[in-house]
Amino acid sequence: MTIKQISVFLENKSGRLNEVARVLAANGINMQAFCIAETADFGLMRLIVEEVDKAVTALRDAGFAVILTEVIAIHCDNRPGALSKILESLAEDHIFIEYMYAFAQAEQAEVIINPNDLEKCLRVLKERHPDIL
Amino acid sequence: MIWNKSKECMSRDEMSDLQGKRLHKLVELVYHNVPFYREKMQALDLTPEDINSIEDIRKLPFTTKQDLRDNYPTGLQAAHQSEIVRVHASSGTTGNPTIVGYTRRDLEIWKECSARALTAYGVTRNDVFSVGYGYGLFTGGLGAHYGVEYVGATVIPTSTGNTDKHLRLLRDLKITGIACTPSYALYLAEAMERNGMTRDDICLRIGAFGAEPWTENMREEIEARLGLQAYNLYGLSEIIGPGVSYECVCKNGSHIAEDHFYPEIINPDTLEPQPYGTTGELVFTTLTKTGMPLLRYRTKDLCSLIGEKCDCGRTNVRMTRIIGRSDDMLIIRGINVFPSQVESVILDMPEFEPVYMLVVDRVNSLDTLQVQVEVRKDFFSDDIGGMLQLRKKLADKLKSVLSISADVRLMEPNSIPRSEGKSVRVIDKRQLK
Repeated sequence: MTIKQISVFLENKSGRLNEVARVLAANGINMQAFCIAETADFGLMRLIVEEVDKAVTALRDAGFAVILTEVIAIHCDNRPGALSKILESLAEDHIFIEYMYAFAQAEQAEVIINPNDLEKCLRVLKERHPDIL
Repeated sequence: MIWNKSKECMSRDEMSDLQGKRLHKLVELVYHNVPFYREKMQALDLTPEDINSIEDIRKLPFTTKQDLRDNYPTGLQAAHQSEIVRVHASSGTTGNPTIVGYTRRDLEIWKECSARALTAYGVTRNDVFSVGYGYGLFTGGLGAHYGVEYVGATVIPTSTGNTDKHLRLLRDLKITGIACTPSYALYLAEAMERNGMTRDDICLRIGAFGAEPWTENMREEIEARLGLQAYNLYGLSEIIGPGVSYECVCKNGSHIAEDHFYPEIINPDTLEPQPYGTTGELVFTTLTKTGMPLLRYRTKDLCSLIGEKCDCGRTNVRMTRIIGRSDDMLIIRGINVFPSQVESVILDMPEFEPVYMLVVDRVNSLDTLQVQVEVRKDFFSDDIGGMLQLRKKLADKLKSVLSISADVRLMEPNSIPRSEGKSVRVIDKRQLK
């Protein structure tokens, strides 16, 4: 399935990340997954939450530059080789992955994928791995 | 040593007499050849006959950088184009550089002044001299170059950029003199130490430093690390280039070649001329130039004049170190930078908010310029590559306008302070005062 991911622009200076966490906490929003991409002078925090609209409003009100991106979320088995199989299918169809991140919980792993071609990626996954979406 | 005793050690009366005669001729020249000056003088009901002594200079109108811009490219040229043998240019604030045309005679004057400076530092025909100023439209390189040749020393046109080769040449050619910016001299010292060389591996004894403000502390550091005597060399391309004034071995103010460039200090607010010893804006009149002569050109540099005869024997008026600017111009790595140049680039790019902050610093003896901008919400993206490209796009545009590279820093929305009225757009962390 596709879900909406929140990207927040952060200057590289101490306390900014905590500021995001603080704003979400104050609004009772729980983060389900996040990752941080960084360059020499700025970073992007990408996060997945349940109440997307509420989170976006809260962060924008707090002055953050925020944007929504549609990404693919899959669950796969939490065992060696499970992810490799999926990625193989994508590679065969020449789908590039711009970035991805994952978190594992017991038997299952949740994986967030941002491919270069969202539609095609979804199609390939539906055809070959209908169980993971 | 003195290159031209008859001009550098003139009595005050003789100098004033010479300046007065030259001023009269200058005014005749521009009145008849430059419509801009004729109109300005006519508006003041002045003719060349009204200007007969150097004191009469106070009747004449000032010329500003804006006048040069308004008359771009060659509107203030007094000589016919066929008489112009060389052109230099300095950066402009609105994209228009300042174009300065030189006649053959202007180049002779420049060479003479450059030779006076080098001789005052102690350079002789026995020296091997490296010119580490940029060669090209900038006046530093060629200005120093022809002076070195005129003195009869050996000139090594090293120019800027290749520090490793420069160090190698310093050592292998036993170079004894160098001209460059003071910050580059410190950078050279650092590079030398990094390469495992010491000041004993090189033979430098004289340094001619200019094109940017510097301090007594920098002088001491350069002298200690490179093992040379460091002297100030002042000039600006509108007037002629390096050689307008220069220190002597007394290191107590820079002697102005005042038989060619008449100095005044004015109060930048009231425009009233100030006596010796009072700090104000430095104004020059080019008494002898024929290509693009300037009447009472406002340099925006702040300093004061010293009238007493110097211990070196020269009688020419001295100017103190430049202690600041009466406008917002920054000198970064020897290049003139106006915040308005950065502003015009940013206002042209819809991707950025129309606010910015310049942070100037000196890291490892080299000036750095950081430009902080905010990306507009509509242009913010989740694509890091795209954001970096946006950053590079602005950096490239700034480089082409400023001629120096700037470190562009993308900032969070509203993180750059907005203020009404005159806002602070520059943080200069360099300690030059």
